[in-house]
Amino acid sequence: MKDLYNVSASPHVRSGVTTRSIMRDVAIALIPASAFGVYQFGFKAFLVLLTSVASACVCEFLWKRFVVKKSTPYECSALVTGLLLGMNLPASVPLWIPVVGSAFAILVVKEMFGGLGQNFMNPALGARCFLLICFAGRMTAFGVEKASSHFMNGAAAVDGISSATPLAVIKNLEAGQSITGSVSLFDMFFGFTGGVIGETSTIAILIGAAYLLAKKIISLRIPVAYIATFSVFVVIFGGYGLSCDGFYYLLCELCGGGLMLGAWFMATDYVTSPITKGGQIVFGIVLGLLTGIIRICGNSAEGVSYAIIFSNLLVPFIEKFTMPRAFGIVKKKKGGAAK
Amino acid sequence: MNKGTFKGGVHPYEGKELSMDKPTVKLLPGKELVYPMSQHIGAPSKPIVAVGDHVLMGQKIAEASGFVSVPISASVSGTVKDIKPTLTVSGSIVDAIYIENDEQYTPIEGLGAKRDYTKLSKQEIRDIVKEAGIVGMGGAGFPTFIKLTPKDENAIDYIIVNGSECEPYLTSDYRMMIEEGEKLVDGVRIILQLFDNAQGVIAIEDNKPKAIEHISELVKNEDRIRVQVVRTKYPEGSERQLIKAVTGRKINSSMLPADAGCIVNNVDTVISIHMAVAESTPLMRRVVTVSGDAIVNPQNFNVKTGTKYSEVLEAAGGFKVKPEKLISGGTMMGLGLFDVNIPVTKTSSALLAFIKDPMLLVPEGPCIRCGRCVEACPENLIPQMMMEAAERFDDASFEAISGMECMECGSCTFVCPAGRKLTQSLKQTRRSILDNRKKK
Repeated sequence: MKDLYNVSASPHVRSGVTTRSIMRDVAIALIPASAFGVYQFGFKAFLVLLTSVASACVCEFLWKRFVVKKSTPYECSALVTGLLLGMNLPASVPLWIPVVGSAFAILVVKEMFGGLGQNFMNPALGARCFLLICFAGRMTAFGVEKASSHFMNGAAAVDGISSATPLAVIKNLEAGQSITGSVSLFDMFFGFTGGVIGETSTIAILIGAAYLLAKKIISLRIPVAYIATFSVFVVIFGGYGLSCDGFYYLLCELCGGGLMLGAWFMATDYVTSPITKGGQIVFGIVLGLLTGIIRICGNSAEGVSYAIIFSNLLVPFIEKFTMPRAFGIVKKKKGGAAK
Repeated sequence: MNKGTFKGGVHPYEGKELSMDKPTVKLLPGKELVYPMSQHIGAPSKPIVAVGDHVLMGQKIAEASGFVSVPISASVSGTVKDIKPTLTVSGSIVDAIYIENDEQYTPIEGLGAKRDYTKLSKQEIRDIVKEAGIVGMGGAGFPTFIKLTPKDENAIDYIIVNGSECEPYLTSDYRMMIEEGEKLVDGVRIILQLFDNAQGVIAIEDNKPKAIEHISELVKNEDRIRVQVVRTKYPEGSERQLIKAVTGRKINSSMLPADAGCIVNNVDTVISIHMAVAESTPLMRRVVTVSGDAIVNPQNFNVKTGTKYSEVLEAAGGFKVKPEKLISGGTMMGLGLFDVNIPVTKTSSALLAFIKDPMLLVPEGPCIRCGRCVEACPENLIPQMMMEAAERFDDASFEAISGMECMECGSCTFVCPAGRKLTQSLKQTRRSILDNRKKK
């Protein structure tokens, strides 16, 4: 057999980008935000992230053993799922929470529907919403007492952090309170606020996003459509209009909560976003509208996670209506193609 | 200058530096030459010589057997030894004429005689092109005289010479442009004589500055011929994509270039037209690139058709080490070979040898819907969905999402990070759909 040549149909070359290298790049891009999370929330945050990643990998390994499939750790996708889940948890949760979350993300959301590439919603967000519903109290405990252990609680322990996130503060402003006086945009942009581990620092998330864009892992279509639509929604329905306060309010809405992490890292998840280019823009617009509706018209200050997993369900539908026309095919007179 | 291009496409490693700066070497064949009767698209040619006949160089040994068919000429003088089936590049077995080379290279009367083509009528030129057995030498092998005979010749306004050579490793067209640029330009003049309303455009990718400079110099006094620089990208040399890059017009798979007022010919084809019309020489040679990391001396050879690949390989110094993969043609659309004892035909553009099979480097995994195939597809298709349909044997859905527009360029498989063999699976489905259509 050794004397024979390999014969196969063309093409005979590969670009060199692999699933593994993509997952590795996504993990690298998440480092700034998670590292800042550890700085801000201390060793507890590190433990949450570690538990989450480790349990995600273990769950995948066990599942593969259970269904007698070849284990494919080289794909590193469980690592990314685990890391994203950990970043979506508050640092104060007991360590069994990330374990339960990872098990739900990997086993229920991902593997039960056929594994990598087959899940219909983002596993990390699916698990986060599952945890939010089951353990609402623990999942929203963001407070850190002033002067508690600096090692365990990080920078947050220096000033202390109230259990209300900036978004909750601006949502529940009392009459007469000015928005510029109640939250600091500077803190929100750099991340010195309360929230889940990975979402507080806008700048750290943007650094990671820039890395993904430079590596051409993600395109601008989804995040830009998402953020632009959301901004327009906030300007129109936010109640502040186009005034100076309105601008401040808009920036707070953009930097606060999970919007940035969601727009750049979760909405762009390959498996659960449309594959058509037009569909990606539609997907971003739907996300922007849903997030705006939940945040502004709903009771909750935060709506990114729900907006994303809900939009994930619309993906096949969006794809169906955004099929591109093939090269050189002239548009027929009747046809429902949106793009 | 404004560079033409198209949407999509990929940038594979070019590997052209291995052979691009070495002059083409003329190669004389060995004792036995083999002429398969199918060197083109269409009905196989019919032998008109018998075993034992003595033939001369340039003599017609097989004639066209239908409308879409062309004759074949002997490239050496010698004796017809046998007419029997042989293995060809594509793996099919077809009838072939075996000629024993007498090494005299006695030409047939009139071979190489100069001819003033400006005095020829349009029909005479078309007949000469047909009798010379000229086919598209870029790889498809479509008979050139049919291309030159569109329904309405006044509607043709572009004669495009495809000098983009976007396949990695191939440098034969490049060398031809550098070495035989005059013949190329003259070939365009001949074609333009057939089409009164047309202008000639020689399209060259911007990774070949020397060829652009050389050809631009040659056409600077031509009213009807110009050079168009196109962006280096695979598959820029695909007919449909090239027409878009040069003229901005788009055609789909069921249209002909003539429908967009274009006729596209490969560099080597145009040079062959010149040789047939102006020098009375039928198509009996072609330039073959021998390259790849397993080849001792990568370079281009001017080879007589019928020569065996093994002889061309030997002339390039053979293998450094035994390669894992042999390819006839480029790395994106070429055919895998399992034997080098195969004759060079009119459409053989290259012999590539690689120490490691690059396809084995990426393990095959599940699709992660990353959309890279969608970005890469020059036909604006969704290869991922087409492959899903192909795997379900769902021909109806495959056709509904324009699957038949696929031209099998290989870009989707090239970019797939999960190592999926998209092109291969699409190719199979397209073939089976086409077969089923024929049965009906």
